[in-house]
Amino acid sequence: MLEINNLHVRVTDDEGAEKPILNGVDLSVPAGQVHAIMGPNGSGKSTLAHVLTGREGYEITGGSARFLGGDLAAMAPEERAAKGLFLSFQYPVEIPGVPILTFLKEALNAQRKARGEADMAAPEFMKLVREKAAQLNISTEMLRRPVNVGFSGGEKKRLEILQALVLSPRFLILDETDSGLDIDALKVVADGVNALRGPERGMLVITHYQRLLDHIAPDRVHVMAAGRIAASGGPELARELEAEGYDRFTKDAA
Amino acid sequence: MPAVKETIADVKKLEASKYKYGFVTDIEQDMAPKGLNEDTVRFISAKKEEPDWMLEWRLGAFRRWLQMEEPTWAMVKYPPIDYQDAHYYAAPKTGAKYESIDDVPPEILADFEKLGIPLREQEVLLGVKGSETKVAVDAVFDSVSVATTFKKELKKAGVIFCSISEAIRDYPDLVREYLGSVVPVSDNFFATLNAAVFSDGTFVYVPKGVRCPMELSTYFRMNAQGTGQFERTLIIADEGSYVSYLEGCTAPMRDENQLHAAVVELVALADAEIKYSTVQNWWPGDEEGKGGVYNFVTKRGDCRGARSKISWTQVETGSAITWKYPSCILRGDHSSGEFYSIAVTNGAQQADTGTKMIHLGRNTRSRIISKGISAGRSNNTYRGLVSVHAKAAGARNFTQCDSLLIGDRCGAHTVPYIEAKTPDAVLEHEATTTKLSEDQLFYARQRGLDEEAATALLVNGFVREVLQELPMEFAVEAQKLLAVSLEGSVG
Repeated sequence: MLEINNLHVRVTDDEGAEKPILNGVDLSVPAGQVHAIMGPNGSGKSTLAHVLTGREGYEITGGSARFLGGDLAAMAPEERAAKGLFLSFQYPVEIPGVPILTFLKEALNAQRKARGEADMAAPEFMKLVREKAAQLNISTEMLRRPVNVGFSGGEKKRLEILQALVLSPRFLILDETDSGLDIDALKVVADGVNALRGPERGMLVITHYQRLLDHIAPDRVHVMAAGRIAASGGPELARELEAEGYDRFTKDAA
Repeated sequence: MPAVKETIADVKKLEASKYKYGFVTDIEQDMAPKGLNEDTVRFISAKKEEPDWMLEWRLGAFRRWLQMEEPTWAMVKYPPIDYQDAHYYAAPKTGAKYESIDDVPPEILADFEKLGIPLREQEVLLGVKGSETKVAVDAVFDSVSVATTFKKELKKAGVIFCSISEAIRDYPDLVREYLGSVVPVSDNFFATLNAAVFSDGTFVYVPKGVRCPMELSTYFRMNAQGTGQFERTLIIADEGSYVSYLEGCTAPMRDENQLHAAVVELVALADAEIKYSTVQNWWPGDEEGKGGVYNFVTKRGDCRGARSKISWTQVETGSAITWKYPSCILRGDHSSGEFYSIAVTNGAQQADTGTKMIHLGRNTRSRIISKGISAGRSNNTYRGLVSVHAKAAGARNFTQCDSLLIGDRCGAHTVPYIEAKTPDAVLEHEATTTKLSEDQLFYARQRGLDEEAATALLVNGFVREVLQELPMEFAVEAQKLLAVSLEGSVG
C-alpha cells in the first residue's frame, strides 16, 4: 500500500545551507497492517510524515514514495488526501472563525468531488459526524466552535481522530498522537484508531514512547535514527527500546 | 515552491479579466462640459430644476471649496487630480427620471441586469434559496437616479424612498431641515466639493414608530467616461423607527482614474435605529495600478435622540484608492454606534479606512470591528478615532482591528486615535496582524481542500464576525465577492 524506497530528503535553511534529513529510508506497509516508527528526537520521523503528505519546504533528492501505486511526489497535498492519505498532526493548527462542522463538511465534499463522487447531503453528514463524535466523547456544542481554537492538547488530538473517522481514509499517519494526552484521553484516542483498523487500511504510528503501542498493537516496529530505518522487528522491539533507550542506534548511526 | 511564494507569483498575474463588472453600456449621454466653475454648478442645478435655495446652497459650498486644500494626511499616494478635466454631470439623454420601469431604456435595464440588480419588481426576489425578502432598489446611473422600485408599497407604510432630486422637489421641508446637518457644507475638501456638484443619490424618511417593511438599497453605477460621481444620500429615521439600507457600487474598466466623492448623512432620532451596509466594488484599476476609482467618501451618522442606534457595515473590495471613515456622533444619551468593516486590497490598491466614534451623550456605547486583508502590492490602513467628550459619563468603546497579510509585498497599518475627557469612560482596543500561515494552508490542504478553497475558507473565517452583520442575502454575495477579489492571490 505504502512503498518507500531509498528516500533521500533535504531542507534548505534561511541562510541557504542545505541539510539532509532523510538518508535512504526503506519502508513498506501493506494494507491491513499497522507499523510503528520509533526513534529519538531529530531522527527524521516527523519529516517523513510531512514529506509523505506533501508539506512545502522539503526537497526529495533521491528514491521514491508510492501510495496505492501512485508517485506521491507528483501529487498536490489535496490529491494525496483525496486518494486516502490522512495525517493526524503532532501540532493541530488553529483556524479562527471556521467552525469544525464547516471545515469537516468542506473537506469531506472536496475529497468526494476529487474522487468524482457527489456531495454528501447535510442530514447524512450530520448523522455521520454525531455518531463519530459520540465515540470520542465530543459534544455537538464543541463541533460548532472554530477548528482547534481554545481547545486543550487532548481535545485537539481527539478532534484529529474525529476527522479521520469522518473522512475514512485508506491510510493513517499518526504523528506523535500520544504527546500531551493523559491516560484517559490516550485510551479514547486509541479506541478511535483501533475502530479504523481493517483489512483495507494501513497505518503508520510515529511515536517516541512505548505507551501508545500498549493500546494500538503494531504488526511491525521500525527504529529510525539519523534519517534511515536502523532496525525493524516485531512488537517486542518496542518493549526492548522502552527498557534500553535509543543509545545503541544513535551510536551506530554516528 | 512554498505556498506563499506561489501566492505572490499568482498575485502578479492578477488580471483585469477578474473584474466582472468592467463592461461599458453604450447609451447617448447628456453631459456637462468638462470643467468646474460656478457655471457648472448652475448647469447641474438647472438640469435638476432645483429651487433657488438649493442653488444658493450649492454656490455657497463651491465658494468655500475654492479656498480649501486637498487633504494629504491619509496613507495613500496618487498624482494630483485635475478637477477641471472631468465632466460633473452625465445623464442618459432620454430624460432624467422614468415614470415607469417600462420607460427605462433597455440598454440601462440590461446593464443593471448584468450586474444582477433587478429593477422589475416581480424579479426582485434575490437568488438565495429560501429567501422571500423583498428589496426595494434605487438605481443611480452616472449622475441620475433611473428607477426606484416598490415606491407605492413603501408609501403605504409611510416610508419615503426616492432620489434626492425628487426629494428636493417634493419634500423640501425635510431636505432643508436635515441636508448638511450631519456633514456640514464645509466639513472637508471632498464633502464640500460634493455639496457643490452632487448630482443624485437617495433620500429615505421613515416616520415615527414605523419599522420599514423591506430592505432598501441603492445601486450606484458609473458608466460614462471622464465623469465623476458625486452622490448624496440622506436617511432620516424618526422616533422609534427602524430601517436597514444597503448600497452597492460598480464601474467599468477605464484607463483613467474616476473620482467618486459621495456624502452620506444619517439621522436617527430618539429610539430609532439605522443599519447601513455597503458592498463597494468599484473598478480597482489594473495590476499595474493604472485606472480605477478614487473613492473619497464622507459618511456620517448622527444619533441625535436618546437610545438611538446607528450601525455601519462595509465590505470594501474595489477602488484604486479608498478614503472613507463612516462615523457616528453619539449625541443622544444611551445611544450606540457600531462599525463593522472588511477591507480587501489586492494588486496595487490602497485603502485608508476606519471610523470615528464621537461620544457626546451619557452612557453612550460604540463598537468597532475592523478586518483588513492585504494581498499583492497593496496597502491597507485602519484609521480610527474614539473621542469621549467631557459630558459623556459612562461612555464605553470596544475596538478590535485585525489585519491579515497574504504574501510579503503588501502592507497593513493601524492608526488608532483615542481621546477621553471623562474619567469613567471605558475604552478597550485590541489589534492583531497575522500572515496567512503556511501551517493553516497545509492543514486544510491535507484534509482535501485545494489551495484556492483553503485560502477562501481561511479568509472567510477571518472576516466571519463582520459578515454576520450583513443582511443574509448580501452576506452570501459578499462572501462570493471576497473570493473573486482574492482570486489573483491564490492558486
